[in-house]
Amino acid sequence: MSTASPAAGLAAIQPAAPRRRLPLAWIGLVPFFLFALLFLIGPTAHLVVGAFQTPEGGFTLDNIRGLFTPQIMAAYWISIRVSAASALLGAVIGFFLAYAIVHGKLPPWLRPAVTTFSGVASNFAGIPLAFAFIATLGRVGLVTVFLNETFGVSIYRMGFNLLSFWGLTITYLYFQIPLMVLIIAPALDGLKTEWREASAILGASSWQYWRMIALPVLAPSLLGCFLLLFANAFGAVATAFALTGSTLNIVPILLYSQIRGDVLYNPQLGFALAFGMIVITGLSNLFYLWLRARAERWQR
Amino acid sequence: MSGARLGPWIVVGLAALYFVLPLIATFEFSLSMLRGTWSFEAYRVVFADPAFRQTFGFSVLAALATIVLGALLVVPTAYWVRLRFPRLRALIEFVTLLPLVIPAIVLVFGYLRLYNSSSWLPFTGSAWGTNLLLVFGYVVLSLPYMYRAVDTGMGAIDIRTLTEAAESLGAKRRTILFQVILPNVRAAVLSGAFLSFAIVIGDFVIASLLNRPAFGPYLALIGQNRAYEPAALAVVAFAATWGCMGLLQLLGGRAPGSAAAPLRVRRKAIP
Repeated sequence: MSTASPAAGLAAIQPAAPRRRLPLAWIGLVPFFLFALLFLIGPTAHLVVGAFQTPEGGFTLDNIRGLFTPQIMAAYWISIRVSAASALLGAVIGFFLAYAIVHGKLPPWLRPAVTTFSGVASNFAGIPLAFAFIATLGRVGLVTVFLNETFGVSIYRMGFNLLSFWGLTITYLYFQIPLMVLIIAPALDGLKTEWREASAILGASSWQYWRMIALPVLAPSLLGCFLLLFANAFGAVATAFALTGSTLNIVPILLYSQIRGDVLYNPQLGFALAFGMIVITGLSNLFYLWLRARAERWQR
Repeated sequence: MSGARLGPWIVVGLAALYFVLPLIATFEFSLSMLRGTWSFEAYRVVFADPAFRQTFGFSVLAALATIVLGALLVVPTAYWVRLRFPRLRALIEFVTLLPLVIPAIVLVFGYLRLYNSSSWLPFTGSAWGTNLLLVFGYVVLSLPYMYRAVDTGMGAIDIRTLTEAAESLGAKRRTILFQVILPNVRAAVLSGAFLSFAIVIGDFVIASLLNRPAFGPYLALIGQNRAYEPAALAVVAFAATWGCMGLLQLLGGRAPGSAAAPLRVRRKAIP
């Protein structure tokens, strides 16, 4: 309490001030806010401001307008498509998997096993994941060779390519599905058995139960999870980079090349590119938070 | 409705196939460096590579620095907020969740612009400063996990009573924080620490753009130039992640005041 002695004097002059509200208590929060300002908010704000500035510092919308060129639009479009596809498939498959382990009446040891594995797999992104899929579905990958030698099916002759939209989507699913399992399982726990029993007593079919009770209750959670998965895939760089080098033109890789070597020949355009990414991931996260708040009403 | 039906088993089986096949394929590929026979040659080559040891060592050191710095930043803040500024909790939580919104590549781009060698705070002007900036970046990336773990851990113990008890015995703030609060949330800090460790070891973007000799850029380089070694490295990385998560589960399941314990209680409370 030695640090608070001048404040204690103040408190004596103003007896109305409650003792707990010592004016020096905020000092305890300074390190955190200073750190956040310097290494999280500051750098981001700098980019956002830079997106609306000329190299000389004046206000301009030219950088944002510069995003609407075919090359950059194509990059955003394929990024959005890969993120949406991997988020949608991840959400659907993850939902079925979570439902199977929560309500599927499987042996009780299966749930902790799947949850633990999901914890590992959802963190197994990045470059090693790319290596794993090259060894699996690459041109000489295990599955590719197996299908070719056993069934005579050459997936590469059929037009599949790991370094493409579908290849990237299948790879992203490896961390998207486990993430979905981890975040949707608590919501599925909230589906009370009584609801199903009550609806069955009232003569509802299984389909009616899902359409009129379970899905409306789960809808905010499902949509929210989809958005979180979308943002998760949108910012991922390392996997795509190791998988495709810079052949696949997605936004994070374009930004990476731009930071490395100004491939767009306009330094200010990099700011706008980053700003666009923040807008997209920010919007999907905001919606996620909003939907989660709505979904929690049913989980009490 | 008695016993398991076929549907759930099919779902779990297909999922297991999708998740296990790449692991088997990677392992098989990593063993087939020598023609016609299975061997650990690729692992031998990798472990004998001095660059592997240097970069892996660098990343481990960075991870330890991240954990220490992150804990020093998060534990006192979470404690102080819960004790004195409960109204600010939502704001602090929002700030700690921001790194999930802002992609790492955007963050490091901001660092490069704000802290380059000709700026007011030239972190990237020296190797030492860049290392520091790298660790700060990792602390930011691990902030959502660290803060959540510690804050949940604090929620599981009665910090107000503990603080008042320690105060009535004459303890100073620092004593309370390091000898009363910290030991009680140790398991929570550790569970945050393992996640931070996995994040730092797996990072590629930040280290690559800051030009630091970390494990991620080394992986990318090997991936471009070699055939079998990347598979061996992927197995090593997966084993490291698995080890971290295993330890996390072990600690989370056992100790009181850990991040996982209150979750489990809440789940059980729901019929």
